[in-house]
Amino acid sequence: MNLHEYQAKEMLATRGAPIPRGALAYDPLSALVAARKLKTDKVVLKAQVHSGGRGKAGGVKVLSMSDDIRSAAASILGRTLVTNQTGPEGKPVSCLLIEEAPIIDSEIYLGVALDRSSGMVTVMASPAGGMEIEKIAAESPDRIFTVKVNPLRGLSAFQARELAYNLSQDPNVAGQINKIINILYDIFVSYDCTLVEINPLIISGDRALALDAKVNLDDHALFRHPELEKLRDRTQEDLMELSARQDGLSYIKLGGNIGCIVNGAGLAMATLDLISLHGGSPANFLDVGGGASEQVVSDAMSILLDDPRVKVVFINIFGGILRCDVLANGVIKAIRHRGLQLPVVARIEGTNIAAGLELFRESGLPVEIIPTLDEAARIVVQKAQTLASKAS
Amino acid sequence: MAILVNKDSRIICQGITGRNGTFHSLACRDYGSNMVGGVTPGKKGASVEGIPVFNTVREAVRETGANVSLIFIPAAHAKDPILEAVDAGIQVIVCITEGIPPLDTASALYTVKSEGRHLIGPNTPGIISPTDRCKVGIMPGYIHKPGRVGVISRSGTLTYEVVDQLTKAGVGQSTCMGLGGDPVVGLSFVDTLKMFNEDPDTDAVVLIGEIGGSAEEQAAEYIRSDFNKPVVAYVAGRLAPPGKRMGHAGAIISGGSGAADGKIRALSDAGVHVVENLTMVGSAMSKILEAS
Repeated sequence: MNLHEYQAKEMLATRGAPIPRGALAYDPLSALVAARKLKTDKVVLKAQVHSGGRGKAGGVKVLSMSDDIRSAAASILGRTLVTNQTGPEGKPVSCLLIEEAPIIDSEIYLGVALDRSSGMVTVMASPAGGMEIEKIAAESPDRIFTVKVNPLRGLSAFQARELAYNLSQDPNVAGQINKIINILYDIFVSYDCTLVEINPLIISGDRALALDAKVNLDDHALFRHPELEKLRDRTQEDLMELSARQDGLSYIKLGGNIGCIVNGAGLAMATLDLISLHGGSPANFLDVGGGASEQVVSDAMSILLDDPRVKVVFINIFGGILRCDVLANGVIKAIRHRGLQLPVVARIEGTNIAAGLELFRESGLPVEIIPTLDEAARIVVQKAQTLASKAS
Repeated sequence: MAILVNKDSRIICQGITGRNGTFHSLACRDYGSNMVGGVTPGKKGASVEGIPVFNTVREAVRETGANVSLIFIPAAHAKDPILEAVDAGIQVIVCITEGIPPLDTASALYTVKSEGRHLIGPNTPGIISPTDRCKVGIMPGYIHKPGRVGVISRSGTLTYEVVDQLTKAGVGQSTCMGLGGDPVVGLSFVDTLKMFNEDPDTDAVVLIGEIGGSAEEQAAEYIRSDFNKPVVAYVAGRLAPPGKRMGHAGAIISGGSGAADGKIRALSDAGVHVVENLTMVGSAMSKILEAS
């Protein structure tokens, strides 16, 4: 689960990290009022969406108080912001953060993440703030300083100090950075985050200030932070993905017309790749999970049958814990309930395969069973292409 | 001899009286694994179809000489059983549980590593050495065939798919294991490749990678410099959009890193035979073995 910039900044401020003065606005008039209240020459309007790259997409505007703030706010609010991270469907903007625009002397990057290869929480800092950390890593890796945190010991005072002095030789500024690093680490471990980031942390005169902040939470640990659920913004999440998750499914919308049901994440990804290798285009990633029940399979099938983009359904199951007869019953149930206007191609293998095949045969439903995976993928792609060319 | 588990493995199941723990402990025993006991606090003296149950891992180890543990404990509570297994002297810990908070895994893993033990998973199908009829996991045993090819993977069903292909192509396996689909897991590709390199009963390895992280790139570097057996690889997730978790918590392309193309390039450059079409993995390995 991702948080908005303003929510991340509130977390920082609560713990004593300095952030710019500002307020939220949900309509143009309140944006103007909020800007005036700041009593400053320059303000910045920032679209609150779950995505980076907002500036380039027109979601961030720096204005003088003499500019028409109301119409600037109106031009961002209510629109759908398409950034280089959102995909073509973009994210709706329903809220602006109005902030003072401080003078920037220098920009610093600070971030905390879990390093996968060492399995240790890692604090990263760079004097090359303002651009993405991946870009800094690619262009000037020697300008990134990192410390790995021993999980039994936590972040040691000397580690934060070391990073701070790598960023500034001024004891006053280094002291402020040191304190902010400790706050970031504290947020990361107390809320089970996947990423906590301030980018940039600006130095403005003798003050450090978190100009932009990001907090991403790990979905697998949300159960121990129920108080964070109220920070979820459903308008920033895909509705189909959200409802699939409630059904215990892992679903991701893609751009094509072949609906896919697969068990297991790896096999599901490989199935998409195989379809694309044969020249087709999947409508979705859908993993019913290793031990799906009949109901879960039926829910999965219904999602695809309800999706107007889907021209053909492809079922690829290698039964391990999920038995082929359970799968067959789920698919048949969904088809009987919803009716079937689409061709369905299935390749099933594994536990209780004979019983599964028998159930499909008995049902009399036009589910085409193809025994080998490569052949099944080829046939699905062919069908999708024929139907798509008929439609156009 | 296979790697990590073999006919000398004495296996306990932590969480044996739960639905999955019972089902899979019995399935492992049916396959031929030496299931010597189980642990569920408060259930000492019970028996799961002849497998004795203990209150603590220490007690189970004392009574049975167990050296391998299979863990089926709900995600919210899975960190403690891993630590308990380490403290009781278990050498190989296989954690099937999916969805453990990554900071819990990371903290348990630190102890596992500093005590010199092996953690497989979490979120793994487990490990199986067909020649020794030893299965510690949830994979369907019947698709495997004794032989001399090692299989390592970050996925479950995708591994079954590949193993099935190998078996149908007449290529048997020495040891097959899933490293787990989480962002932080115990054994890595490099750790297991090192073991396969030393294993006289493994002639070649199939490596099944996926998007996210840099484990495949690290494997490529090790293969280039030190690995002296043929490797066939497949990497899943070429079509994955950035920023989305593709089912596995670990399968996510973040900030331009972790994408399939870079992994495929790194492996190819290291001399690995990378197969683009998943359904060709079995035949590719079969050809390589015939040629050598």
